Amino acid sequence: MTMDLGPHAGFIVGAYVAAIAIVAGLIIWVMLDRRQLARAVDELEGKGIMRRSQRGREEIP
Amino acid sequence: MPLTDLANPSRFLAVVDRLLPWLAAATLLAFAFGIREAYLAPDDYQQGATVKIMFIHVPAAWLGTLAWVLMSIAALGTLVWRHPLADVAAKAAAPIGAAFTLMCLVTGSLWGRPMWGTYWVWDARLTSVLVLFLMYLGVIALWRTIDDPSRAARVVAVLTLVGAINIPIIKFSVEWWNTLHQSASVLRLGGSTIDPTILMPLMVMLVAFTLLFLTLHLAAMRNEIVRRRLRSMLLMQADAAAGA
Repeated sequence: MTMDLGPHAGFIVGAYVAAIAIVAGLIIWVMLDRRQLARAVDELEGKGIMRRSQRGREEIP
Repeated sequence: MPLTDLANPSRFLAVVDRLLPWLAAATLLAFAFGIREAYLAPDDYQQGATVKIMFIHVPAAWLGTLAWVLMSIAALGTLVWRHPLADVAAKAAAPIGAAFTLMCLVTGSLWGRPMWGTYWVWDARLTSVLVLFLMYLGVIALWRTIDDPSRAARVVAVLTLVGAINIPIIKFSVEWWNTLHQSASVLRLGGSTIDPTILMPLMVMLVAFTLLFLTLHLAAMRNEIVRRRLRSMLLMQADAAAGA
């Protein structure tokens, strides 16, 4: 099934490509940010650094 | 669980972790249905197939302005109620709002060239949306300029509330001034002027894009909470090093 986009096909395809690129950029930004943050938190926790609330929780038997 | 419990970042994170996979799945389903409907939608009698640009342009415009409205409500939450998640929500919404406003400008420009004969014109609607995009960039820059998140939040909240004046200007610009951009055709008194065969895919795409916004916003809020935890851990590490 093909679609005839008429004489302005380039503009229509261009608009959809731009929209897909922007949405993909947003998704990649959120995912990479999450991964980098998790890695940094793990690294600090590995060095024994914990937030006050975490320490409090660990002290409770 | 009462809604007020969500003010606690740890409980909020637990809810977001459970909610996000469902929201992502709903977003994918809504897009699959919306893109199918957009594909099958007939050409417009005047604009031909370029009407298909509307299915991404209108939702992008809606989310570009919605994000600023959310940021304005969050700004009140920061300044008036000092809600612990208000500035987290505002900071997370800014880049997403900027991205959708950019999408609105780019797709609008690509729609304008074949329909109006120009990519850009300095009319009230286009200019006010460009101002919105620049304001997003200003807010993002301000968040990055001030190190202390709670101080940055107060400054950004004031700027956001001042910038909120632009939202009704965007909405009513096509009525207040003579613009090349068409007047409202979806949300207007007396109902939509769009034929149901084109309105239906547009509505589905509006729902899909709104779900996408919600998913990305919650994920970005989760990241921001973790970033603040990381910041406090780094400060504790610095304190420990100074004390040693």
